[in-house]
Amino acid sequence: MGVALSTAVLLAAALVYTSFSASSEAVRPSQLVSHADPGRSYHLTGKVVDGSIHKAGGTMFFKVRDRDAKSAARAVEIRYTGSVPDPFKDGREVIVDVRKGSGSTFVGAPDSLITKCPSKFSAKKQA
Amino acid sequence: MEALIIILALAVVVWVVSGPLRHGEDPEVAEAGRRAALDAAKDAKYREIRDAELDWRTGKLSDEDYREQDRRLRAEAVEILRELDRLSS
Amino acid sequence: MAVVGRACLIIAFAVTLYGIGAAIHGARPGNRRFAESARRAVYATAGLITFAFVILEIAFLRSDFSFATVATHSSTTTPLFYKAAAAWSSQEGSLLLWAFLLSVWSSVVLTITRGRLRDVTPYATAVLLGFAAFFIGLLLFSASPFDTVAGGAPAEGTGLNPLLRHPSMMTHPIALYSGYTLAAVPFAFAIGALIARRIDAEWIAATRRFALASWLALGIGLLLGARWSYVELGWGGYWAWDPVENAALLPWLTATALIHSVQIQEKRGMLKIWNVSLTLATGTLAIVGTFLVRSGILDSIHAFVEQGNTIAWAFTGLIAIICAGSIGLVVSRRALLASEHRIESLLSREAVFLMNNLVLVAITFVVFWGTFFPLISEALTGTKHALGPPWFGKYIVPLSIILAVLSGIGPLLSWRRATAVNTRRNFVIPVGIAVAAVAVSLALGSGHRPAAVLMFGACAFLLGCVGQEFWRGAGARKAMSGESLPVALVSMVRRNRRRYGGYLVHAGVALLFVGIAASSAFQHVTTPTLQVGQTTNVGGYAIHYDRPTAGISTHDGRLEKINLGSDLTVRKNGKFVTRLHTERGYYPTDDASLGVVGRYFEGEQTSEVGLKAGAARDIWSVISPDTDPLKNVIAQGDKVFGNAKNLPPQMGAALLGQAITGIVDRYKRNPPPAQFRFIVSPLVTWIWLGALVILFGGVISIWPPPGGATRRVRAAYMARVGRESAATTQ
Repeated sequence: MGVALSTAVLLAAALVYTSFSASSEAVRPSQLVSHADPGRSYHLTGKVVDGSIHKAGGTMFFKVRDRDAKSAARAVEIRYTGSVPDPFKDGREVIVDVRKGSGSTFVGAPDSLITKCPSKFSAKKQA
Repeated sequence: MEALIIILALAVVVWVVSGPLRHGEDPEVAEAGRRAALDAAKDAKYREIRDAELDWRTGKLSDEDYREQDRRLRAEAVEILRELDRLSS
Repeated sequence: MAVVGRACLIIAFAVTLYGIGAAIHGARPGNRRFAESARRAVYATAGLITFAFVILEIAFLRSDFSFATVATHSSTTTPLFYKAAAAWSSQEGSLLLWAFLLSVWSSVVLTITRGRLRDVTPYATAVLLGFAAFFIGLLLFSASPFDTVAGGAPAEGTGLNPLLRHPSMMTHPIALYSGYTLAAVPFAFAIGALIARRIDAEWIAATRRFALASWLALGIGLLLGARWSYVELGWGGYWAWDPVENAALLPWLTATALIHSVQIQEKRGMLKIWNVSLTLATGTLAIVGTFLVRSGILDSIHAFVEQGNTIAWAFTGLIAIICAGSIGLVVSRRALLASEHRIESLLSREAVFLMNNLVLVAITFVVFWGTFFPLISEALTGTKHALGPPWFGKYIVPLSIILAVLSGIGPLLSWRRATAVNTRRNFVIPVGIAVAAVAVSLALGSGHRPAAVLMFGACAFLLGCVGQEFWRGAGARKAMSGESLPVALVSMVRRNRRRYGGYLVHAGVALLFVGIAASSAFQHVTTPTLQVGQTTNVGGYAIHYDRPTAGISTHDGRLEKINLGSDLTVRKNGKFVTRLHTERGYYPTDDASLGVVGRYFEGEQTSEVGLKAGAARDIWSVISPDTDPLKNVIAQGDKVFGNAKNLPPQMGAALLGQAITGIVDRYKRNPPPAQFRFIVSPLVTWIWLGALVILFGGVISIWPPPGGATRRVRAAYMARVGRESAATTQ
């Protein structure tokens, strides 16, 4: 019983400690625009700005704005390589891990782009 | 048409749900319930007896441990059988 | 008929409220008939909800667009199978499905336990009716499936999202919901047992099969989701540690622990607090899982509804109540939950099962923590932080390895105290197999992934233990009955379904873990952009882009989708391996802001995966064609058709068809370089194979023994027991 309890405490401590250091801050585009530490990884959620998607070779560029933002003023420009989910297009809600790149562009972690399925309650995974 | 279906459904539901309130409990059901519980206990005990034998035959239980467990489990089974007999008489 | 459906729900709501009152009143001695009336209330609720569900289904099958939910989730062109399944693709439809399944299982358990557990059943009935009332309440006040379209039925519905047009996406919700609702049954009986202070094993025995069925259904749902993800989505993975995936995994983990833990209470009267807690946790996590998909509180690819809605708040309230109630009850009854015995030796089956419990709970805690970390971190630090798959893997992998090893050891030890001699003898062969497996995998060059190698060893050990059990068991049966070995094997499994079904599940889990370890650790991925005629190399295979493909799919004379794709040839060391075909489907959209031609290229897109599955490895491919070069000609087409508004519709449709065919041909004649994604993954098939073995073993485990065999056994044993008792009483 004592062994079990102490292992549990150790595991919990390890979990708690590593989770804070291994996690990335979940942000909206407006938050990222105002403050972004270079070199830190962020977990960005928002909507794709209409007309902002364009591809150049294997790289894709697009802008992400806040879900309820009226304009694209505080939108974040992303440079991304890797798998693009099927439902990805203008106006879709996305989740992507990003890092501050050179200038005002953010670099998306490869294969980290997730697109939420558009319909209200139906589908499941898209990654 | 639809109102008719709704009224019919309501009537059936009320009749079904109020049945026990009008008739009271069926004493046979209680009896059958007690027997079913004892039957389940008996089956479980037989399964334990079989499991112990299988454990012994596949080398997990020593001869002495098996003999002791088998004796104990069979005594418990006999008790349950006696309970069942008492119920039937 | 929508009115009738709604009326059924209203009556059902009233019946459940009555039933709760009657059940609680009927728990008092002398009020038996109220408890009976409450049981009938459950039957009545089931009947009413079934009727309502049938009404909804028929509306979908008939494409009755006066039902708002039919108009927004189906269309006349949706195939029949998907029309039927579209009933539960909406918030309101899925809640109705949940209520339907719950009412069915509730009716089954109350029929089976008629007359038994008389102290416990009234309270259990009240809890089950309480859940029913909650869901019916949501259906009446928040998300009604029987709303009608104001202003009359539209001529056509919105249709089903093309990504959902896959059989597993239709059965996956049913499996998961069955798993969630089945978990409510043991939960209700645990609460009842605690309230009534009848905490012997009877309530467990009565609901054991429901816990097992819940476990099986959740497992099927999880695996169907993984399979769909792998073969349908353009991603190539099967698990992402997404919050909603985890939400279904959590109750499955606690149910796994529960299934094993109850055996200890049956055999030795121990771990009573564990069993009650695991049962309550599984039921609670099932409600949490149901809530997570529709709450929007966590960022997930599956979380669809806006945050802060009524349904989310209602669920939060329910979860708070059942958590507080469960904890309160367990604490107040803890004296009754004391163990009858202690663990006598670490080398005993109960000790290993207890360790098994601890490992599973640890895994559950890791998954829970990782899933809810955004909310936890926000509460603790003010900012939201998210954890990704690597963090999960860091803990789950070593815990899973330990789990595999323990699953092998446990069944091979005896209860109470295993002798050291016996133990050594029993483990020689499995350990030998494990060492051999590790040696082989190192020889095959996997040394750079030690975790995977350890997993291979652990699973080989597990398979060795299971194989040995089957071998020895068949041998024992043969010795007892003189049957030939194959017959002995079958009859042994038939007579000990619980044990051998469980062994099969362990074997399946070993295969599953091996598949996951190999395909995660030794995968090769590449995302090249290829011209026609180019070759790329991945994982030792050379993949050649032979030619582009382009075509149109029609259904009932309407254009269903445009397909742009590729034919590929795969070779290894110059030798032909397989041909692959992968394409992307472009579905038209109804969006009026896009041009007449453009809307055929700007709607939903799906990937058709080109997959060559094999026993040793899978070769997986998707294509992302470049449609930018077509944009000019599409824009021209938009302009032309935009100006020609006065064309008769038939002619317009024919010309449009020609235009699109022309554009599609242009792609084929002059294909731009396309982006591909190729994955070579070893042993993926073992995952699906392991899943099937788990399913098979689970079904055997649940299957009730045939009446005839039990009678024969009973008679034989009664004779022996009788002789024995006669001998002892003399």
